[in-house]
Amino acid sequence: MHELALGTAIVDTVVAHADERRVTAVYMRIGRLRQVVPDSLLFYFEILSKDTVVEGARLELELIPARLRCAPCAREWEVDMPAFRCPTCSGADVTAVSGEEFEVESIDVSDASDVSDGSDKEAACTAPR
Amino acid sequence: MHRTKVKVVTDALDANNTIAHANRHDFDHAGVTVVNFMSAPGAGKTTLLERIVTELDGVRVGVLEGDVAGSYDADRLSALHVPVTQLNTDAGFGGECHLDANMVRSALHEVPLGEIDMLIIENVGNLVCPAEFRVGEDVRIMATSVTEGEEKPLKYPLMFRACELVLVNKIDLIPHLDVSLDRILHNIDSVNPKAETMCVSARTGEGIDAWKTWMGDLVRRRAGAPA
Repeated sequence: MHELALGTAIVDTVVAHADERRVTAVYMRIGRLRQVVPDSLLFYFEILSKDTVVEGARLELELIPARLRCAPCAREWEVDMPAFRCPTCSGADVTAVSGEEFEVESIDVSDASDVSDGSDKEAACTAPR
Repeated sequence: MHRTKVKVVTDALDANNTIAHANRHDFDHAGVTVVNFMSAPGAGKTTLLERIVTELDGVRVGVLEGDVAGSYDADRLSALHVPVTQLNTDAGFGGECHLDANMVRSALHEVPLGEIDMLIIENVGNLVCPAEFRVGEDVRIMATSVTEGEEKPLKYPLMFRACELVLVNKIDLIPHLDVSLDRILHNIDSVNPKAETMCVSARTGEGIDAWKTWMGDLVRRRAGAPA
């Protein structure tokens, strides 16, 4: 349910990096621990990007598994359920090695000279969903 | 059409975090300890605050009250004669379901930072979104109530993992419910073994003294820390 708020943050970040060029694709790395529902994020992204240079852009999500590491016993393991104690030593000094990413990795932009109202937008609009 | 790939490699919440750092700088400058207080709607945040804001052993407390609409909570706390600043997220902010760093920043000029030692930011009642947005706080505390059931930590790990202290509220109702306090504490520990937990009842006052000590220690630790 926080995908609306997260979608806003994504669109703002992309607009800031697009430098007024039209964006055709956004590549994100999202950790499993962020509890993002991909379909919901795609839905909001499409709505929130309307009337910006990001409108019509494809949003590609790479989901990063959650890997934890226990400091005292150096065990590293992958989790898919919310259990954050070390299964070996039951220790609490556990940190996430990966799984907390919420990063815009890169964007595809079309050169300003190519942006001629109709054609570009049409091409980009085939992508989302 | 010519397409170019542009490396961004930026946390999408960086813009918020930058403003949160600016807030933190202002709080540090004023020597104010800041608590971001979060929970689901109805967990008892305001009633819990009523229990402590006037009796924190010499610590002067101010409250920044976040709500989607209305000033019901702020009115209750103002009646206790502590400085309360109302921040409505629907008045020009688009009815957000959480506070972000910029909303807090926009209200800072109304907060008497020079007259308080601790600012408690009562976030909008919501078990998801507030966990994503730092506002410049020193610590994050959440309240969960036993009436919410045993599995909330497992269903909303993001929020439970974001906090340093979890208050388990409404324990006076345990005899009337089919929930196990042990089970709730076990589930909190499973999701966030680093979090401290305190079982309290805002209604009867049980456990509140321990929480007050914890809050007072936050301020005293800052006062004792080298500048």
